[in-house]
Amino acid sequence: MNHTLPNSYRQGPDPRGRFGPFGGRFVAETLMPLILEVEAAYEASKKDTAFQAEWRRLLTHYVGRPSPLWFAERLTAHLRKDAAPGMGAKVYFKRDELNHTGAHKINAVLGQILLAKKMGKTRIIAETGAGQHGVATATACALMDLPCVVYMGATDVERQQPNVFRMKLLGAEVVPVTSGAATLKDAMNEGLRDWVANVHDTYYCIGTVAGPHPYPAMVRDFQSVIGTEAKAQMQDAEGRLPDVLVAAVGGGSNAMGLFYPFLDDASVAMVGVEAAGRGLDSGEHAAALSRGRPGVLHGNRTYLLQDGDGQITEAHSISAGLDYPGVGPEHSWLHELGRVQYRAVTDDEALAAFQLCSKLEGIIPALEPAHALAEVLKMAPAMPAETIILMNLCGRGDKDIFTVAKHLGENI
Amino acid sequence: MSRIATKFAALKAQGRGALIPFLEAFDPDRDTAMAILRGMPGAGADLIEIGVPFTDPMADGPTVQKAGQRGLKAGASMAGALGMVREFRQDDAETPVILMGYFNPILSYGVARFCAEAAEAGVDGLIVVDVPPEEADEIAPDAIANGLDLIRLVAPTTGEDRLPKVLSATTGFVYYVAITGITGTRSASTDDLAAAIPRIRKYTDLPIAIGFGVRTPQQAGEASRIADGAVVASALIDGMVATLDPQGRATPATVPAVLDRVRELAESVRQG
Repeated sequence: MNHTLPNSYRQGPDPRGRFGPFGGRFVAETLMPLILEVEAAYEASKKDTAFQAEWRRLLTHYVGRPSPLWFAERLTAHLRKDAAPGMGAKVYFKRDELNHTGAHKINAVLGQILLAKKMGKTRIIAETGAGQHGVATATACALMDLPCVVYMGATDVERQQPNVFRMKLLGAEVVPVTSGAATLKDAMNEGLRDWVANVHDTYYCIGTVAGPHPYPAMVRDFQSVIGTEAKAQMQDAEGRLPDVLVAAVGGGSNAMGLFYPFLDDASVAMVGVEAAGRGLDSGEHAAALSRGRPGVLHGNRTYLLQDGDGQITEAHSISAGLDYPGVGPEHSWLHELGRVQYRAVTDDEALAAFQLCSKLEGIIPALEPAHALAEVLKMAPAMPAETIILMNLCGRGDKDIFTVAKHLGENI
Repeated sequence: MSRIATKFAALKAQGRGALIPFLEAFDPDRDTAMAILRGMPGAGADLIEIGVPFTDPMADGPTVQKAGQRGLKAGASMAGALGMVREFRQDDAETPVILMGYFNPILSYGVARFCAEAAEAGVDGLIVVDVPPEEADEIAPDAIANGLDLIRLVAPTTGEDRLPKVLSATTGFVYYVAITGITGTRSASTDDLAAAIPRIRKYTDLPIAIGFGVRTPQQAGEASRIADGAVVASALIDGMVATLDPQGRATPATVPAVLDRVRELAESVRQG
């Protein structure tokens, strides 16, 4: 029967943009009319078959979707070696690192840039941390002939030079942000400031499932192509649903994309993996759900890293893409409901998983999914051999080889 | 009648608008900010706006951002800002004080506790930049229960369809954000303001103050005549910063420099 389950986890957000108490539209009045305009345009686009067809065409022929589902056979065998008899879950990867531009970000960027065009906007701005969302936005803007300005913390500009150069090649203007700690949070502040000053012609392309409503829902919906594909692919491969989904969580877009289509499948457990940085008790981490508390930042109520006075504190992670003191509001809700378990993995654990995946599967993962993989390495040996873990390998590691080399003491 | 309503009524009787200078709490340190606050009414401030520092002030330009960073470095907190108002009220029972800031420090303090303590300290109104009418129920009930005015922002982007919604929930006065942009970056033209204010008057009888981009005495005078008041922030902060020593500390010139500027602004506003 095609009806909505009364207790569905998939009904959020409500008309106010809330997931339970989280989300909302905490923006200055100058932006509010535009936020409402984006919401109306997005709602209309859902029913616009030409819009949907164009987005699907781009996903197929430009991005290269569907991304494959890969049974990580050698990794599975490796984990079973040290497991008790009959133990060691089968590990599958959803390979969104094979997308054009090397990560899942492009899925939602193409949707948003199409929306911006539909709204008649002629200038695109974006924030970026590691540079993946900036590269994806610059790519889409090159394809669709729109000027693109990317705000990037000056600290991140220094440590992500290859992506800065990529964005420039693609024709984008990269603006280093020196306010605050000069990382992703400050880049987002600057993006919002630009938008306030240029509301008449500019669309702000947000990279994750955060920000004011409708962004968390919109980015999630576009990214849900990941979970929808994976569900069908797992049926083909195994004839059933996976037992556990695992994904890294910074803002949380790749995780929402994988989880959302499975939320009402009660047999499927879900684990979101935050960055524990130098350790959850070190004070240097990016684990907003594990160690933060609810607050309001960047347009939404969600779990945040903050001090006792409500001042936002700096996040730390080896992965620039997870280096953010907040998390998408829907994750905060799923966390409080207990539908998704959120755990945290340290820089060192992610580095070890990064190397293991490279050697065993011939896939160099990005440091973000390396966090998810580190959690898989802990979980799989304790699960029965007939169980299945599906992990979102949401980005490739080319961008990270300089960071990893430095940590391994190699000069390249 | 509240202090804010009383003040605007008195100014109307005098036939002039209000000068509303801004200072950031604890910028560059508590004692200096306190001396500036205390000196403002004597220099001609009609109402005073105190900024509560926040790490991520997304509607503010570089000048106010840096003011907030200096304030935080000097130990600013919500309790500290309320403490300043409490001390100010020992000598001044009349000048309305408005706290301007972002929602998270209030949320962290506890909305009900904050509103109760703010009223008790002598705060008259609140401007919470990132709480639009759509989220008003987060703070309005506690603000109203404690007699605090909730002053709303109206922007050039606020269309006719939206004005009734924004204005219906406003008390005290209306804060017209003169530009689509952040604080201290550019200024609206007199013509733009002359067109915008009557548009708002159609929907409210409340006084209207103009802020964002009001820098010079001339601009403050014009704004206070076109509307009912002018808010000056970044220009005062810039003037203060010019007096700091290379380590960013206050010098003997700091407090007089700010108050002299307030005097110049006040003079222009009073030339009516």
